[in-house]
Amino acid sequence: MTQALLMRYLLWPLVKFLGAFIVVQAIVAAMNWVERRLLGLIQARLGPNRVGWHGLLQIVADPIKFLLKEDIVPSSSEKVAYFLGPMLPLIPTFMVYCLIPFGPPPMFIAARVNVALLLVLALTSTGVYGIILGGWASNNKYSLMGGLRSAAQMVSYEVPFGLSIVGVLMICGSLDLVRIVDYQANNAWNLFPQIVAFFIFFVSMNAENNRTPFDLPEAESELVAGYHTEYSAMKFAFFMLAEYSAMIVNSCLVTLLFLGGWTMAIDGKGLTTQQLVSMGVLGGIIGLAIFLTKMMFFMFVYIWFRATFPRFRFDQLMDLGWKWMIPLALGNIVVTGVFVLIGQERLMYWIGLATLGAIGFHIFRKPVPAVKAKTAHEVAHAS
Amino acid sequence: MSTLTKFSAIPYTGPAPTNREPYVPANVAQTDARGEEIAAKISNNALQQERGQDMPSFSVDRNAIVDVLTSLRNSGFTIPLDLFGVDYPRRSGGRFDVVYQLYSPQANERVRLKVRVAEDESIPSSVGVFKGYDWYERETFDMFGVKFEGHPNLRRILCHEMFQGHALRKDYDPAQRWLLTEQGVAKLLPKIDPKFENVDTDFERVTLNLGPSHPATHGTLRIVVTLDGETIIGADTEIGYLHRCFEKMAETHTYQQVIPFTDRLNYCSAIINNVGYCMTIEKMLGIEAPARAQHIRLMLSEFMRISDHIICIGTNLVDMGALTNFWYLFQPREEILGLVESCCGARLLPTYTRVGGMAVDAPADFLANSQRLVNMLPKFIDDVEKLIMKNRIFLDRVIGVCPISQEDALSYGFTGPCLRATGVPYDVRKASPYLGYETYDWDVPIADGGDTYARFLVRLEEMRQSLRILQQAIDRGLPPGPVIVDNPYVALPPKERVYNEMESLIYHFKLIMHGIQPPVGEAYFQVEGGNGELGFYVVSDGTKNPYRVRVRPPCFPIFEAYPQMITGQTIPDAIAGLGSLNIIAGELDH
Amino acid sequence: MANYSVLLVAALIVLSVPVLTLFIITPLIRASRANKVKLEPYECGVPASSLAFDHRFSVRYFLIAVLFIVFDVETVFLFPWAIRFKQLGLFGAVEMAVFLAILLIGYFYAWKRKVLSWV
Repeated sequence: MTQALLMRYLLWPLVKFLGAFIVVQAIVAAMNWVERRLLGLIQARLGPNRVGWHGLLQIVADPIKFLLKEDIVPSSSEKVAYFLGPMLPLIPTFMVYCLIPFGPPPMFIAARVNVALLLVLALTSTGVYGIILGGWASNNKYSLMGGLRSAAQMVSYEVPFGLSIVGVLMICGSLDLVRIVDYQANNAWNLFPQIVAFFIFFVSMNAENNRTPFDLPEAESELVAGYHTEYSAMKFAFFMLAEYSAMIVNSCLVTLLFLGGWTMAIDGKGLTTQQLVSMGVLGGIIGLAIFLTKMMFFMFVYIWFRATFPRFRFDQLMDLGWKWMIPLALGNIVVTGVFVLIGQERLMYWIGLATLGAIGFHIFRKPVPAVKAKTAHEVAHAS
Repeated sequence: MSTLTKFSAIPYTGPAPTNREPYVPANVAQTDARGEEIAAKISNNALQQERGQDMPSFSVDRNAIVDVLTSLRNSGFTIPLDLFGVDYPRRSGGRFDVVYQLYSPQANERVRLKVRVAEDESIPSSVGVFKGYDWYERETFDMFGVKFEGHPNLRRILCHEMFQGHALRKDYDPAQRWLLTEQGVAKLLPKIDPKFENVDTDFERVTLNLGPSHPATHGTLRIVVTLDGETIIGADTEIGYLHRCFEKMAETHTYQQVIPFTDRLNYCSAIINNVGYCMTIEKMLGIEAPARAQHIRLMLSEFMRISDHIICIGTNLVDMGALTNFWYLFQPREEILGLVESCCGARLLPTYTRVGGMAVDAPADFLANSQRLVNMLPKFIDDVEKLIMKNRIFLDRVIGVCPISQEDALSYGFTGPCLRATGVPYDVRKASPYLGYETYDWDVPIADGGDTYARFLVRLEEMRQSLRILQQAIDRGLPPGPVIVDNPYVALPPKERVYNEMESLIYHFKLIMHGIQPPVGEAYFQVEGGNGELGFYVVSDGTKNPYRVRVRPPCFPIFEAYPQMITGQTIPDAIAGLGSLNIIAGELDH
Repeated sequence: MANYSVLLVAALIVLSVPVLTLFIITPLIRASRANKVKLEPYECGVPASSLAFDHRFSVRYFLIAVLFIVFDVETVFLFPWAIRFKQLGLFGAVEMAVFLAILLIGYFYAWKRKVLSWV
């Protein structure tokens, strides 16, 4: 009896967790390579292409390098906190992988709990503590400023991050990620009714991950390397690992909340969870593939952003968070509430679709010419 | 086997190298007349007109210099171009000449003032008249030991704190070595701006070093900032980390040997430096490079200007976190360097020009390659413009960031894109054209505000204007003829002649061993470098080595204004502003 | 409940990775030639003018951080409400509207008092 319980509740989920852990580690390593190659592609250069086929062995070479690098611990640092810094963010980000369904349940989820989303949010937001702790413990002014910037960023974007989800919850009525996905399969992607929330969530998740254009805590041209100025070798690698893992977590979340997770269905027609489960192993693989494709799209967008945007300045970032994102998120909740109350939920989907269309039209419109410098000749003739 | 032409009579009628008489250019009479007019306007007894060789020149009594400078400034000479010393150790009545050069943008003319000062005498400081003279006076103090009375902060600037002696004095032994230890590194404590002094804060002010080894300094500069939160409430700078004693080295080398040193000034646009230096020497010699050489110089100068702006814009954007522009723009830069390489074999530091022309002729496909570049460059410029100029984040980061008023920019002695960004249309290529710039159809871009955004606009437009010049230059084609003057006192005879003819061998030997020997005199010549007016002032005593070479690096006054520009801004703004000033440490520290 | 135990064990497994590498594997294989200068805090290559611990840094967003706590708690309140929103109906909506209104008054007051403006 106990054995069966252990098997059911501990060992089997653990095996699944380890599976997820290894897969995620592999994705992190691969993302590193993908990011560098993709950045190279965007920036008209090659990127790593020496080690192995198209530089693919870079995935192996990097950890080896990190392991063998000299491990420098600054003499004036606060040792315990200094070592805790890179270790702390790893734990919550990887714990989250227990909670995220990577495919149709029950196969691809290590621990299905009914408040998964709340738990995920709670765990991911602790990731910043490692950065603050590491930045402070280094006893270096650049690091400290990086840590403080990170704290400011968290303070500004945690609220819109949470508020943007409320709209989704109002529609779906559950904190269980599986049920949120099922709801979307039976209606349509939350992207449409919650287009504003999607936008806020997407911006906030960039900010949460300290990615461009929100990479202020490690702004290398301003603060040398920000919070990890004093971190070398594996300790630095753990910071990076945590960052990329958090990116994956957030990509998973946005996929689950707004893009229908592993399903590919509208109004219950198409590849819903039931459909996939009834297909057995093949269904599981298809679901996983759909999920990973959507997730990788967001990882790609992360990289795309990094290649495109300059960095925000501090006050601008906080202004955006507090003066735009929070009112917008609250407004979204009110609007969603009104629509749900008057029983016109379906209308929201059409409005969202129309908004998306308008955005698309705006993007492909003929651009307005940029401002140019005047010439002395023109100035003389104008006056 | 090449066909040899018999070495004919040398068509050279200029002064022979043995002529030690001061060389008098053709336009001296005119500058003297103009000098009288200026003297009449200033009407100061201390002002003694001298025979200016290339601009109205005066000797001024040292006690009256502040008054004279003030009157000159009030009569339109608003840009302090340069201030430097020249040492004549055995001269009676004061061994040092402290030379002031001013420029009037309205009248488009320059004026030179010389103050004679002895070793134990001091000059009243003119920092109150021109803000830009702060660093120049420090440099003169550092290099010559000339004291400036009333200077707020008269300490060394290019040499380090543990350096002893004054390097540019003629009796300073260049073989001496001075070690800087950790104890000697200046502990700079920036003065807190009065605006922020009374801000009541419960927190301490933090002093932070940005540089010398900082990712945003692109070279080695040290900026010390005092912070309140992330707001800079006081800043100070320290330069000299890349000081290579260019001016001292030039004094111990022949005129030709100095050319490679000029490469290292602004290494992003090295050919412009080559051209500037060589044209200065050519001016002293009274010769002119052949039309073909001038055409190549002009084209490569414009390409180099584009490449300089490319680096500036690219690295500035990297500092702001936009990575792509940098690498994307490096593609055309590589092509430009490839063009330079096809001409002379070197890429970054080409040393392509010689006194009197070019080292070698441009390759046959030079024009075709140039045309290809001119065709491909607009796309890159447009792409970058599209990527940034309408990006809200970018605009928020640059508009109103690190501004400088027109008045301050003039007072500091800004030139180039940074001055044009404040609305002053001063460009050496228009004001005093050289290499035939006056024959091309192009415009000087200007912008208002003097902030980082304005500097971006000006640089982007300047690249387009350079492309206009280049297109016209390509359409005209390379003039036929030699690329170096046929003057054995200046240019080496062709190698095959040296191997086959006695005279050529002798000339070759003489030129290698004794160098070019310009007549006694002085000359100042300015070109428009990537960052502004790049001027060379050369004094010749008739021997093979220059008596004094002075370079006016355009970065120098621009970086001098930097602490003022960043006070009250935040660190990210300061970094964005630094990038837009295009500080090249090699040029800054000469 | 058992599902949560997985989380705990997962945390231990994840924790073991950095502990193993940082304290056992790297000390065995890494190079270590530390000297005094190398172990100094980095300040752009010049001797550090001061250490971070010497200062009380001016954290200008302190008030924003206080506001953050208010809003974060608000978010937590919103979550259970949002889940039951459809069941609560108009009554829940009005109740939450009152709650939000009170918060928003404070928010706009803070905005007006320039608390949200950086510096």
